[in-house]
Amino acid sequence: MEKYLAELILIAIGAAIINNFVLIYFVGICPFLGVSRRVDMAFGMGCAVTFVISIAAILSWAFTYYILQPGAPLATDIYQALSGTDQKSDLSILNYIIYIFVIAASVQLVEMYVRKFFPVLYKSFGVFLPLITTNCAILFACLEIMKHVSGEPNQALKWGLGESLTLAFFGGVGFTIAIVVMAGIREELDLCDVPKPLRGAGITLLVAGILAMAFMGFTGVNKNLKKKITPPAKTQAEAGQSAGKAEPPQNEIAAGGREKV
Amino acid sequence: MPTDGPTPLERFINGILPENPVYRQLLGMCPVLAVTSSMKNAMTMAGAVAFVLICANIIVSLIRNRLQPHLRILVFTLTIATFVTIADRVLAAFMYSTSKELGPYIPLIIVNCLIICRCEVCASKQGVTTATFDAVGQSLGFAIGLATMASMRELLANGSWFGIEMFWLEGTASEKYRWALMGLPPGAFFSLGILLGAVNWITSLKKKKCSPQLEG
Repeated sequence: MEKYLAELILIAIGAAIINNFVLIYFVGICPFLGVSRRVDMAFGMGCAVTFVISIAAILSWAFTYYILQPGAPLATDIYQALSGTDQKSDLSILNYIIYIFVIAASVQLVEMYVRKFFPVLYKSFGVFLPLITTNCAILFACLEIMKHVSGEPNQALKWGLGESLTLAFFGGVGFTIAIVVMAGIREELDLCDVPKPLRGAGITLLVAGILAMAFMGFTGVNKNLKKKITPPAKTQAEAGQSAGKAEPPQNEIAAGGREKV
Repeated sequence: MPTDGPTPLERFINGILPENPVYRQLLGMCPVLAVTSSMKNAMTMAGAVAFVLICANIIVSLIRNRLQPHLRILVFTLTIATFVTIADRVLAAFMYSTSKELGPYIPLIIVNCLIICRCEVCASKQGVTTATFDAVGQSLGFAIGLATMASMRELLANGSWFGIEMFWLEGTASEKYRWALMGLPPGAFFSLGILLGAVNWITSLKKKKCSPQLEG
């Protein structure tokens, strides 16, 4: 149990901070450039994405695990019953089409739900909700889950629902962090005298580069953390050290932001 | 079939420079940033995108009269997903190491805004010839965008181009002059930002030269 929790924590920190979806993997760049003008809008977009990504992760994990992966339990049963042989099924060729369906369906679901129960929120989300369908971040999370379920030959190492959901949810949180920090910087940038050719997307990309540099400061945190967590925690001092190591990059973000502004 | 709108040739030329998908329309940024750390990966990506874009544009253009307006985006995405699956399998079969390096970015072509945008803007409104020319032009433009980014990044980060060591960096001290950051994520953001600024600057200069009265 403890080991499982430790693994979840590692996945969560890895997805949210160390391998930030936007700044390290470059998925979800379109909303990152388009919707990061005001902090409140950016936060709304981040929440919508986190919500959709979690639902899509649950659905796509279930589809991958029970139907799509080579030798999936449900599909194999049906196949064997129909064909009368004892071959295993492999539907992994359908992966991408199913994921797109799942994402489109969960966006629809969320849209209907939010419109019915939170009309105010629905109005403030506005055009973002349908746009989420083509947000790479969500498909990226599905693909990561696929890699760890379908592409993992070792049965014991296959990801369960817990790991998949953690990755997706904290990936969404990482996206929110990145887009909100960016929006904060861009609000200040409006007051600056930016060279004309760089206005708009150019300066945003340069700022994103500085942010990505700041986030690269987290590289290796998970290795240290793994050492600390996986064999039961050693001493308080070491834990403090690793926390201390994680601290400077955060300051760097603030400093990077301020320098630019 | 009466078609209004740009002719095939106009569409083709538009895609390459005036409406370059990378520098002018800012579409499909995810592969532009992610796979341009080396020229080889970038060109494989450009090839895959070109294949998917051309096939999807042709198919969408053929079925454009049967499309239901509210379902069209879903139909586009499913068409694209089919061709991306083909491209993914072919790459995994014939170029295994490159496809391993590209990883999730090949399947991510499905949600590349560039392809959906071309299906929506051109293929669902105009005939097959125009759609094909449009797709070829846009994918050439995309390839040019990727190539400039990848050349800049690979030269600065590794001192090589297509994996071939450049002659002025051969020899003893070349390691010193490599700018490793350009191969890493921040380098992608920096080089795209700088290239975008440069392209904007050049276009603004040209405009001034051609039509000074418009500028004032």
